[in-house]
Amino acid sequence: MELIFEPFKYAFFVRALIIGLLLGLSCGALGCFVVLRGMAFIGDALSHSILPGVVAAYIFGFNIFIGAFIAAIVTALLISGISHTEQVKEDAAIGIVFTGAFALGIVLISRIQGYTRDLAHLMFGNILGVSPDDVTMVIIVTLVVLIAIALWFRDFTLISFDMIHARAIGLKINFLHLLLMILLSLTIVTGLQAVGLILIASMLITPAATARLLTDRLPVMIGLAAGIGCGSALIGLYLSYYMDVASGGAVVLTGTLMFVIAFIFAPKRGYLARRVLASRK
Amino acid sequence: MTHLPTHVPIAVSITDIALRYPGASEIALQIESIHIHQGQRVALVGPNGAGKSSLLKALVGLLPLERGSVSVFGKPAGSLPRQVAYVPQRGEVDWRFPITVLDLALMGRDVHLRWPRWPHAADRQIAYQALEAVDMADKGNTHIADLSGGQQQRVFLARALAQQAKLLLLDEPFIGVDAVTESILFHTMDVLCHQGCTIVVATHDLSTIQEHFDTAILLRREVIACGPAWDVVRPDILAKAYGNPLALFEERIPHGIDF
Repeated sequence: MELIFEPFKYAFFVRALIIGLLLGLSCGALGCFVVLRGMAFIGDALSHSILPGVVAAYIFGFNIFIGAFIAAIVTALLISGISHTEQVKEDAAIGIVFTGAFALGIVLISRIQGYTRDLAHLMFGNILGVSPDDVTMVIIVTLVVLIAIALWFRDFTLISFDMIHARAIGLKINFLHLLLMILLSLTIVTGLQAVGLILIASMLITPAATARLLTDRLPVMIGLAAGIGCGSALIGLYLSYYMDVASGGAVVLTGTLMFVIAFIFAPKRGYLARRVLASRK
Repeated sequence: MTHLPTHVPIAVSITDIALRYPGASEIALQIESIHIHQGQRVALVGPNGAGKSSLLKALVGLLPLERGSVSVFGKPAGSLPRQVAYVPQRGEVDWRFPITVLDLALMGRDVHLRWPRWPHAADRQIAYQALEAVDMADKGNTHIADLSGGQQQRVFLARALAQQAKLLLLDEPFIGVDAVTESILFHTMDVLCHQGCTIVVATHDLSTIQEHFDTAILLRREVIACGPAWDVVRPDILAKAYGNPLALFEERIPHGIDF
């Protein structure tokens, strides 16, 4: 019992826990659509390409979240703009934009003196160092993301499952895609502090992919993914506290471990279940 | 079609169109003029690449026209989404997607629902009845991946039925389906036709056309023949589109889709 409550003495741990749980919720829920639409690569790309925005904000002294968000939106628009011309395929467009933006970030970084510590936090996260203001922002973003998912649940489901039907019944595909990109950007930007921009894609993809192994119902999958996201944040933060390891890495590794467990032991889709099924045939 | 009495209202009217797939250099299909009257069962036939799917997509408004006009119930194609139900080829969607049979049928109601499109009890009732019509009501809670190809096709049709549209477009619904499904599809088409629904089906299956369709349109990047089914599905006419008449009598599953 004491092991559980001991870290609560520290305000930074409580803040970290709140942020971790909220991020687990929003990343898990949003991640389901990312996984089902085959957008995992976009999630990773967006998170890398916010680097120049972050560095620019650092250099010019404005809020890094605003810089990151602007960079994410510009990236999303560039990717869809380039692939819309149909001269370049979407995955190639993603690869070009994201590496280009990341490289721009690195070039900018190399002009800064003594940047390493702060930027290392952005690359790899430092959830234990978040401020009360960060907590407020994560609360707002999580609410926005969850409400948006609830309101556009059917539209997002439709464009993920059957794009032709979605277009045939007149859904605004471009708007929905942009909306999803904006939600994704918001989530990724708030996840910066917690796990850093290198690992944030994992919080989007791993819980959703784990949940997919456990159910064939989308609403259940979203709930499970959110739960798994929260669970990895919780366990990861305790591990980080007691074993004195990097918080972002601990949170992500916990999620990865949960995926491995589900991959092996999931009732219907797990490795063992499939082996049993195959041996019965 | 010209052989119909003129007082039957027109469902689809096509005038001097050319279709091209985005990015493609060649024209996929050119049509000078086709009129489809309401309550008709129309078969679109022709070899692969003849433009059957392109024509269906143009009727839904999914494929922009290079020139000309397509009007559906007197309005430009795509402007009456509630009245036009389109059933894509089964291979177009990911059947492992985590939804149930009833969820899929309920998607037919989305076009009628205002955002955020949460379905009402009445919509669930309509979706359930649509599943009953294709003999899939007992599978409502089944995951769509656990269905056979024929059952998937029936659920796809149920989604279109739940939409309660006046024009139903089916793209290759008979590929890889079992005999039970085929007879359910034809029966459903007959029932809809009696209710005044217009049905256009792209199909490879020439053997069933004379019995189950009123009109046939033979395509090969243009209209080769168009008229009563028994006038079009004749070896001498078909040979104009297919070239080698022997090719017509190949196996009934031209490129089966397996799941």
